[in-house]
Amino acid sequence: MVPLSYYLVLSGILFACGVAGFLIKRNIITIFMSIELMLNGVNLSFVAFAAQWHALSGQVFVFFVMVVAAAESAVGLAIIIAVYRTRGTLNVDQVDLLKL
Amino acid sequence: MTPNLHLWLIPVLPLVGAAINGFFGKRFSRQTVVAVALGFSGAAFAMALWVATQASLLPVLENLAPWIRAGDFQVDFAFYLDQLSLVMLLVVTGVGFLIHIYSVGYMWEEAGFYRFFAYLNLFMFFMLTLVLGSNYLVMFIGWEGVGLASYLLIGFWFTKDSAASAGKKAFIVNRIGDFGFLIALFLMIKHFGSLNFVQVFRVVSGLPAEVAGAGLLTSIGLLLMVGAAGKSAQIPLYIWLPDAMEGPTPVSALIHAATMVTAGVYMVARSHAIFDRAPQALMVVAIIGTLTALFAATIGICQTDIKKVLAYSTISQLGYMFMACGVAAYSAGIFHLMTHAFFKGLLFLAAGSVIHAVGGEQDMRRMGGLRHHIPWTFWTMTAGTFAIAGFPPFAGFFSKDAILWRAYSSPYGSWVYWAIGVFTAFLTSFYMFRLWFLTFFGEYRGEAPAGHEDEHLHVAKDSRAGAPVPHGHDGIHESPKIMLVPLVILAVLSVCGGWVGMERFDKFLSPTFHAGATAYSEEVAVATPAPQPKEQGSSEALFTGISVFAAALGLFLAWLLYYRRPQLPQEIAKALGGFYEAVVHKYYVDEIYAAVFVKPLIDGSTRVLWQGIDRDVIDATLDNSAEGAREVSDVVRHMQSGNLRSYAGWIAAGAAVLIAYMIWMGTR
Repeated sequence: MVPLSYYLVLSGILFACGVAGFLIKRNIITIFMSIELMLNGVNLSFVAFAAQWHALSGQVFVFFVMVVAAAESAVGLAIIIAVYRTRGTLNVDQVDLLKL
Repeated sequence: MTPNLHLWLIPVLPLVGAAINGFFGKRFSRQTVVAVALGFSGAAFAMALWVATQASLLPVLENLAPWIRAGDFQVDFAFYLDQLSLVMLLVVTGVGFLIHIYSVGYMWEEAGFYRFFAYLNLFMFFMLTLVLGSNYLVMFIGWEGVGLASYLLIGFWFTKDSAASAGKKAFIVNRIGDFGFLIALFLMIKHFGSLNFVQVFRVVSGLPAEVAGAGLLTSIGLLLMVGAAGKSAQIPLYIWLPDAMEGPTPVSALIHAATMVTAGVYMVARSHAIFDRAPQALMVVAIIGTLTALFAATIGICQTDIKKVLAYSTISQLGYMFMACGVAAYSAGIFHLMTHAFFKGLLFLAAGSVIHAVGGEQDMRRMGGLRHHIPWTFWTMTAGTFAIAGFPPFAGFFSKDAILWRAYSSPYGSWVYWAIGVFTAFLTSFYMFRLWFLTFFGEYRGEAPAGHEDEHLHVAKDSRAGAPVPHGHDGIHESPKIMLVPLVILAVLSVCGGWVGMERFDKFLSPTFHAGATAYSEEVAVATPAPQPKEQGSSEALFTGISVFAAALGLFLAWLLYYRRPQLPQEIAKALGGFYEAVVHKYYVDEIYAAVFVKPLIDGSTRVLWQGIDRDVIDATLDNSAEGAREVSDVVRHMQSGNLRSYAGWIAAGAAVLIAYMIWMGTR
């Protein structure tokens, strides 16, 4: 049996990769993928704990997260398309019209 | 079970008239306005007369609706009619109705005709509420309401600056008095648990002597007197009444001579149960009344404005009434109140007729010789003058004589009151005959009158095209009949009003004033072991003789100075020098009040309350906090760069800090 800490470390690495990608990357789609990576990192820790403690609630959480993530990606991709149509770019540094 | 007298109708009728004229009068023709105003006030008078025929039923208590209920304390909308309020009721509705009639002629050409009658009816409503209220709070509604009506009517020509400020002055000075009245009410609620006349007086007359004498009743009495001094223009709050003459003359007659200013006398008489048990308060009432009578009479001598003379005369006569109340001769005070309403109402209306005749001129130095031009006014005014001067058999003689006699013979009385009273009677006679001679005798000293420009705001000439009251505007002219009829009626009353006689009047009012006679007489016996009663009969006749002689002396002096030797007054004035100056300037009381009260108040309000507290504290707090918020935002808003990744960075950093904190807390 793989110890719990391994899962948690992997989960942490995945989440950190997501954060780093979110902060560094400029392309909106890449940022979007980074968000998915963070979500999945968290999911991993949920299922790891669920297996460790034999508690089903962790698994249920993961299902919820995946459903929400699917819905979010549908909305997010729609927004990305809309942004591309109006601004002609997917570079987030150029999408800053809301600032003062 | 007494039959229902429907007392509530009496005040409500004028209120309906006021509402109709006030809301719709603008669209009515003048005739309709008159019909409404006279109809409703006349109906109130008729109603009062009918009630008077039911006098055997008195006293009547009519409970309309509960008003305030808090624990044991209860105030109702309730009316109470006894002999005292019946007298007031008849005076208010009767004289009020006559003055309504007079006003039709006097105000016909004025703009705001409907407004005038709406206010006048409104005044009647409040005055009748005041008179009929069965507890102090209902009385207070009327009390405040007549103040409001007085304010509105003094400032009737509100575009004239002096009228507007005279209205304000009357209102503000009255507020000072009302404050005392209110505190008295609070004391009653606290100590007697009721404001109902009957209940309060029952509690008061049942109080043991050591409680009654221990300052509570005295302070209530004094505070009530403060209220009365404000409303009835007594020292030190009399200053508003002369200024109130800025209002139209019928208003001066109705509100500032016949009815409203006597409300204070009525209130003191109504509260007699309290004053009876508070001899110190009673003494203050008598002293204030006596001083006011003398003081105002001396000022009256030197006034040249015909209405101002009458105003000071009113103050002086009110002083007589308070003198009477102050020696516990309430019925004499009310008797004088009634006759005064007749002859002073008459004098004001006649003065209005004179002013009307000479085209708005009010200065007596520019009148003279008018008796041939306006004979009706002359003869009615003569009746009024003789009545106020106290010549028998005119009305004023009986009431004034009763007051002077009681001022001496009452257990609370003193020869000092009597002496000052007689001297004031002499002064009264003198200044009234001065007015009479200056106005009606000698040569006419004014220019030919040219309409009403001086006093009145003007309506466009064509608006009086439909006037049924024809006015000759060329030369001195007698007033129209509609103004003369009230004059004649009041003149008859001024002559005959006193024939009732003090004894009968006293007996009529005795159920009101001697109801609690047992407690009352004990108190008297304790308070004054003076020789009681002072001998009647021959000495009373002697006293009467002296006061008539004083009046005759006044007449003679006025005749000498203002008819026979008209240059004499100036020489006397020169001889008197500074004193004369002081009297002409009304003893500089207005100036002193301005320096002592008004100016510090205005300065304090300007410098401390406005510039200090309002501007530098309240406004500054708000302004500075708003300014501070703006400055902070100016700095902080730069965080909102619009750069998505910097936001993400902040979130990540925040999350990191939070996690670090949680870990640190967990490992502690």
